[in-house]
Amino acid sequence: MLTSGTSRAGAPEQARPSGAHPAVGLVVLVATLVLAVALSLAVGARGTSPLTALTALLDPAALGGPTSPDVVVIRELRVPRTVIGLLVGASLGVAGVVMQGVTRNPVADPGLLGVNAGAAFAVVLGLSLLGVTSVLGLAGLALLGALAAAGLIAAVAASARAGSSPALLVVAGAAVTAGLTSLTTLVLLGDPAALDRYRFWTVGSLTGRALDDALALTPVLAVGALVAVALARALDALALGDDVARGLGFRLPRTRAAAMAAVVLLCGTATAMAGPLVFVGLVGAHGARALVGGAHARLLPVAAMLGATLVLLADALGRVVTPPGELEVGIVVAAAGAPLLVGLVRSRRVAL
Amino acid sequence: MTSPLLAAEGVTLGYGQRAVVHDVDLAVRPGALTVLVGANASGKSTLVRGLARLLHPSSGRITLDGTDLHRLPTRQVARTLGILPQHPVAPEGIAVADLVAHGRYPHRSFFRGHRSDDDEVVAAALEATDTAELAGRRVDELSGGQRQRVWVAMALAQQPQILLLDEPTSALDVAHQVEVLDVLRAEVRRGTTVVLVIHDLTLAARYADELVVMAGGRVVARGEPVVTLTEDVVHTAFGVRARLLEDPDTGRPVVLPRSAGDRE
Repeated sequence: MLTSGTSRAGAPEQARPSGAHPAVGLVVLVATLVLAVALSLAVGARGTSPLTALTALLDPAALGGPTSPDVVVIRELRVPRTVIGLLVGASLGVAGVVMQGVTRNPVADPGLLGVNAGAAFAVVLGLSLLGVTSVLGLAGLALLGALAAAGLIAAVAASARAGSSPALLVVAGAAVTAGLTSLTTLVLLGDPAALDRYRFWTVGSLTGRALDDALALTPVLAVGALVAVALARALDALALGDDVARGLGFRLPRTRAAAMAAVVLLCGTATAMAGPLVFVGLVGAHGARALVGGAHARLLPVAAMLGATLVLLADALGRVVTPPGELEVGIVVAAAGAPLLVGLVRSRRVAL
Repeated sequence: MTSPLLAAEGVTLGYGQRAVVHDVDLAVRPGALTVLVGANASGKSTLVRGLARLLHPSSGRITLDGTDLHRLPTRQVARTLGILPQHPVAPEGIAVADLVAHGRYPHRSFFRGHRSDDDEVVAAALEATDTAELAGRRVDELSGGQRQRVWVAMALAQQPQILLLDEPTSALDVAHQVEVLDVLRAEVRRGTTVVLVIHDLTLAARYADELVVMAGGRVVARGEPVVTLTEDVVHTAFGVRARLLEDPDTGRPVVLPRSAGDRE
């Protein structure tokens, strides 16, 4: 056999794209996430050191009690933002992995399932026709809209004579997204007041979202994440192609339905919490793939950490780039996500 | 251990409205190596996909020991029946050993994942297909022939009682074709039922216990190669004139296709 010396005979060892020991990568990943959390707590118009932030959390009395400015800023503003950023980022990362796995498309974004478009349309209807203004009300609408859009896409894909396939899912998603987006525009064009409020919601922001509202939605995220974890093996098999996966005993319609449910729960809720954030799912999942390879049991947690880190860093960055104002996290993520993605794709080509 | 009886009973198979296989009855001989041959688009692959329950018959049924395949639990079927489709695609960057380990899925339970005997089965499958030294390599870095043998290793790691393979030798040089076919014949000796599609008639006749010749979506001849493969059958199935010789070592037929320009 004319193969090179890189092979290891008979060792069912995982091939890792990065040659480093897995534990090192994990430590770096966790350290980066902790750093992002610290920055999210410390950075802002009122600059505080991470130590001050920690003190405010653990011992507010040392800073002058619960009414001192530092304590108020950190406990009332930055902690909710950080918690929401963590939840949203992790959810989008996990959803991205599931979406890319089920479509076998390494550049699939959860938005492909029409989740964002559905959520946006429902929010616009709520703003314009129903006069909904409460954060929780809009969040609920966003989730419902996401569910409805994904359901519609699944129905379209399933009604095809040739049977459901990843390509069909993507095409149906694109069609429904386009339709819903034009309807959204139609409503907004006729209602300038709704347009104003919608613009704020649509850029994706972690501010102005109450922690209680976010925590009320957390169980939904947990269910979505559990479904995703339960699907890890099926997604591994799905990567081998439909025929091989079915030959190995996986029921693909069931797997696809469960995957869509997970994506909708995670993305719909994340969108409800922070508005539509593009790129987080795509970059989180893609980055995870570059770091740990294709096994979903590793991809899911890594993508969750990457997604959370990305959102927190983008949010912290947005607070300082345009003083005295703030740039919404959605804008920063999109602005930073694009070059990040290009970099990932390029470095992967080198690694190949 | 005898493997269960896989049979097509009056099966019509197709895609959409278009039937490709028409009313086929075929009982796969347990513990034998069955080779399906036929011209392109004669329905071999479609029949194999039907037998592997990847395609639902539009009429008739596929049975496993008399029970409709589509009524059996998917997982149980996956432990009994292995399928290696034509042109499988490996995910980007996957390592050979990881790909082969996928074959163990049907034997794992949800909570009890990977076990050490899984490693042994995977190692044995790599050994049998001469791919052990590739275990740590990435599948997408391999040559076509190496890749094909790795997929055969995955199918072996599934340890099915019945193994269906659609053109497992199509990208291989003659040495590796023989090697893969030898691996499959060794599996048959261990009691596995093997069904495969290959194009090379001489190799088919050389290895088959049972030869099934298909044309136009129907079985036109079946039986032991020495009896089944005749010049007439070759002409019926492939529309080509051929001379048949006898292999001096094995007594099996050797097929020599004649082109229109050849002198009789």
